[in-house]
Amino acid sequence: MDKQGNTYTFLYAAAMVIIVATILALVSQGLRPRQVRNELVAKKIDILQSVNISSTNRDAVDVFNRYIGENTYVVDFQGNRVSGEEAIDIDMAREMRKPLEERLFPVYEVRLDNGELKYVLQMRGNGLWGPIWGYVSIEDDGTTIFGATFSHQSETPGLGAEIDSDSFQNQFKGKRVFNDAGELVSVDVVKGGARPGDPHAVDAVSGGTITSDGLANMLRNYFSGYEQFLKNIERESYE
Amino acid sequence: MSSDKEPLFSAKNLKLITTPIGPQNPITIQVLGICSALAVTAKLEPSIVMSLSVVFVMVFANLIISLLRNTIPSRIRIIVQLVVVASLVILVDQILKAYAYDVSRQLSVFVGLIITNCIIMGRLEAFALGNKAWPSILDGAGNAAGYGIILIIVGFVRELFGSGTLSFPGFGTFQVIPQAFYDLGYVNNGFMILPPMALVVVGIIIWIQRSRDKSLIESH
Repeated sequence: MDKQGNTYTFLYAAAMVIIVATILALVSQGLRPRQVRNELVAKKIDILQSVNISSTNRDAVDVFNRYIGENTYVVDFQGNRVSGEEAIDIDMAREMRKPLEERLFPVYEVRLDNGELKYVLQMRGNGLWGPIWGYVSIEDDGTTIFGATFSHQSETPGLGAEIDSDSFQNQFKGKRVFNDAGELVSVDVVKGGARPGDPHAVDAVSGGTITSDGLANMLRNYFSGYEQFLKNIERESYE
Repeated sequence: MSSDKEPLFSAKNLKLITTPIGPQNPITIQVLGICSALAVTAKLEPSIVMSLSVVFVMVFANLIISLLRNTIPSRIRIIVQLVVVASLVILVDQILKAYAYDVSRQLSVFVGLIITNCIIMGRLEAFALGNKAWPSILDGAGNAAGYGIILIIVGFVRELFGSGTLSFPGFGTFQVIPQAFYDLGYVNNGFMILPPMALVVVGIIIWIQRSRDKSLIESH
């Protein structure tokens, strides 16, 4: 057959695509279980990180079981628990596509060694190049932030990607979601630096304006989603 | 291997490996593959993993293209090369996700960028399309090693001076600069973490290499 002819070229391309597709599909199927497990472990490490418990790939599952275990649940926009849903299995990307009022919100309750109870909230939003997500832990007063950890898929290294650095995340400690009148204010990410002592703002990452804005949006969005839940915690803390 | 039988490791074949590491280095002489060299070298660990991934992709891409070289219709040869490289990269990415998840998170974007690494396409076009399988494997290994060595040197320097640590795949991170230095007022050079310093380090390597081998200096 003429190796430079059209028929040969088409057949060659078709055969190549079929062979390559088969190989890749098989590999992807075969490695899938391990990858899913890795993603789950990474998620647990992040959740624990938001309450300042560090864990590694090896012990994350044990540590998660010790501090959180079965104390996870899903709440709706009204702050009521939704039965039949596992917090860790909630697909945040899918929830993002629903209107805020219809989303499901995972909650992880952490009992620290000193007996204090923290609530870890899960969030997701958009950065400059792709999704960003994070976990924010709230004290049992329902407003003070105890810790936060953020992550991203493809923000610019050195700029927007700095949202996953300790120095950025540590700023959130002690910030407040509600003001003294009990209204939702969220925590803003301020370009050029937050006023010192402002309980509702942190410094943006320099050179990462769009990522910072995306992060502020994500916080505002999800704090209003969790608003009723947080108010319920606050009420319980008085009783 | 004995060298009295011409094939495998004859002097000519060995040269295929040694030239790209030294006098024909893809990064320092041909100045290819700079983008990934700047991007992944802030720490040693991703540099090593990136180098190994490129060695894997390059050797197999060169081998496959070399084996197919007489069947590939010349009009779609670039597409065929891309498909081969892209599939190998996806394989590497999938394997990293399954067995080295942390590293794959760090390298995320850059593994995909191996596809566009000019060194790989360059070697496929320039060498594998016209040579037998075994020399192609050696050529791939040599060029990938030449690329990897520079990456590892840069990663080593940047992590040591930028973070005071060294990290190895599978072994974690080690504090190399002792705490006593910091107590005396030593400060990590934060600039080392940023991509521009990779360019400066590569520049210094080029400088050293040319001062030792004068034949590399172009006459003007």
